[in-house]
Amino acid sequence: MRILVVEDDKDVASFVVKGLREAGHVVEHSGNGRDGLFMAASENFDAIVLDRMLPGGVDGLRLLETLRAQNNHTPVLFLSAMAQVDDRVKGLKAGGDDYMTKPFAFAELLARVEALTRRGKSDQPATRLVTADLEMDLLSRTVRRAGQKIDLQPREFRLLEFLLRHSGQVVTRTMLLEGVWDYHFDPQTNVIDVHVSRLRQKVDKPFPSPLIHTVRNAGYMLRQEEV
Amino acid sequence: MSQATAVSRPQGHLLKSAGVRFGVIYAALFGISAAALAAFLWWSTAGLLERQTVAAIDSDSEALIGQFLQGGPKAVMVAIKDRVAGNINDDALYLLVDPGFQVMEGNLNAWPPRMPVDEDWGKLKLDRAGVPTLMQVHYFELPGGFHMLVGRDIAVRSRLGLMMEGALLWAAAIAVILGSVGAWAVRGLFRATISDVSATAMAISAGDLSRRVRVQGQDDEFDLLAETINDMLERISRLMDGVRQVSNAIAHDLRTPITRARTRLEDAYQHATGEAELRAAVERAMADLDGIVGVFQALLRISEIEAGARRSAFAPLELAPVLTDLVELYDAAAEEAGMTLDASIADTLPAFGDRDMIQQAVANLLDNAIKFSPTGGVITVAAGIEGSTLRIVVADQGAGIPEPDRLRATERFFRGEAARSTPGSGLGLALVQAVAHLHGGEIELSDAGPGLRACLLMPIKPQDGLRSRASDSLRIGRD
Repeated sequence: MRILVVEDDKDVASFVVKGLREAGHVVEHSGNGRDGLFMAASENFDAIVLDRMLPGGVDGLRLLETLRAQNNHTPVLFLSAMAQVDDRVKGLKAGGDDYMTKPFAFAELLARVEALTRRGKSDQPATRLVTADLEMDLLSRTVRRAGQKIDLQPREFRLLEFLLRHSGQVVTRTMLLEGVWDYHFDPQTNVIDVHVSRLRQKVDKPFPSPLIHTVRNAGYMLRQEEV
Repeated sequence: MSQATAVSRPQGHLLKSAGVRFGVIYAALFGISAAALAAFLWWSTAGLLERQTVAAIDSDSEALIGQFLQGGPKAVMVAIKDRVAGNINDDALYLLVDPGFQVMEGNLNAWPPRMPVDEDWGKLKLDRAGVPTLMQVHYFELPGGFHMLVGRDIAVRSRLGLMMEGALLWAAAIAVILGSVGAWAVRGLFRATISDVSATAMAISAGDLSRRVRVQGQDDEFDLLAETINDMLERISRLMDGVRQVSNAIAHDLRTPITRARTRLEDAYQHATGEAELRAAVERAMADLDGIVGVFQALLRISEIEAGARRSAFAPLELAPVLTDLVELYDAAAEEAGMTLDASIADTLPAFGDRDMIQQAVANLLDNAIKFSPTGGVITVAAGIEGSTLRIVVADQGAGIPEPDRLRATERFFRGEAARSTPGSGLGLALVQAVAHLHGGEIELSDAGPGLRACLLMPIKPQDGLRSRASDSLRIGRD
């Protein structure tokens, strides 16, 4: 994937660029808003990681608003030190697709960037989600694995749906909390882990190979085990 | 008045003083009412006599003119003679003169000089039987060139008038004195009432934040003002304390995890023997730093809430599904930890506020309950409406918070004895309290015997800008 990183802090930028390249992406970097806007508008990217406070007269919000005004719908992830609820709301209102506050863990950033690009592709409503031998029918709200019906609670269903939609990608606990529960705070208790482990009991335990994997220091991933 | 006021108002200070102004207004009101009273007195005594005299002259002369028109001068002469003879008090005056101003009949020996010829009212000074007296007279011009004069003695009345005038002058003098004294008293009263407020304000601006306005206990407007001011001061000083606490906390409490992270890194830098060991140390240090960031985040959130800026996002909401979801989220975690989460949530819980914040507040209470409950413990969650108050109770069976600590439990970074061994920042309850206050409610901590019962109380109706008197103070239940 081609990703544009607009970030003026050299250390943060090189860390992000390096990390994204290591993850197999093609990364362009711009250190100020003006150049960033130019690059974003003239080239095709799959995603943009955008700082809010930028030198060069064009800050992140302006950059994004200009971009959206040009009918450019490249997914944008804000990466900002402005952490107040209002800042977040402003960023999303301006057309941002996701908002992360600094400091951040790279795993979280990577997971969210990849989730963004996926979202862009699969926006057409799917009625069936399939990974390996696990299939979910969104219309009849049934889940089968290897042809065998699995009974899930409504919340477990949504959790699995989220994992299936991001199949093959890392999904962090915060993403689950926001995407499945719509909560925007950090619980101190490992509530997410418990719910995932319950889901595993139903989806993985009765079957020979697990599909829900724990990714260390990051979160979870639903994928078929490579043999 | 203070030096400051004297300096800032070098001129016209007397009229600029609200106390003097109130005094002057009082004096003016007093003067106007006294004058009105005097005018009424005059009108109803001296004025009444005068009106009676005029009425008597009017009716008398009307009758005489009638007789003149019917019977000519002769009839009038007869009538006047009769009247003069019948006038025992000798207070009436009649005179009829011919066109040559020769007296035809009457008890006055000549038409008074310099008297108008046509019809008019007038006053006449006379010597009657050697006694000077004053008459009120009415002159008439009759057909045929005859003139007539009808009068009444008003010496008594004028004496009464003079007496009244004197009395009223005295009364006016007394009114001025009373008005001034009253004005002075009003000004003094006014000053005394606000002097405490201004003294308190001055003390506060001089740095003594503990000063409060005295409440007289009369439950009047001034008491209300005093209480409002005190509430405001209370809040200001709490905010100041908060700022101070936070800076202290940053100085002290955050030093510990920062020290830990730094020590780990330095230790690894000096002593790590292999890459694995180094990585492990870096990872732990990163976790420490994440913890510090978490504390900052929570602090920021609390101050954001306390600043009240989020109140603009308030909306009517239905809390029952929100709480049910939260309970569901935590139920699994509680079960995993060997506890039971026992919830009874009313079917409908209308509220007014910020959904995210209420969620976070209740989540903090649930976090705490799970953290401090023993294995096998029961956590009770109950939510319902009592009157106009929404009540969300989370109770655990842990060690609870001893009574002396309960007041401080909602302070930032406060960690009770029992909490010191568990992970946490000491910001959870502070955030709950901030959320409660933002919604015009409060948090009550009490003994669940054993354990802690945390009760979040919030009004279900939107609150206007003013807080009710007690809503902002932390109350500790004793049930």
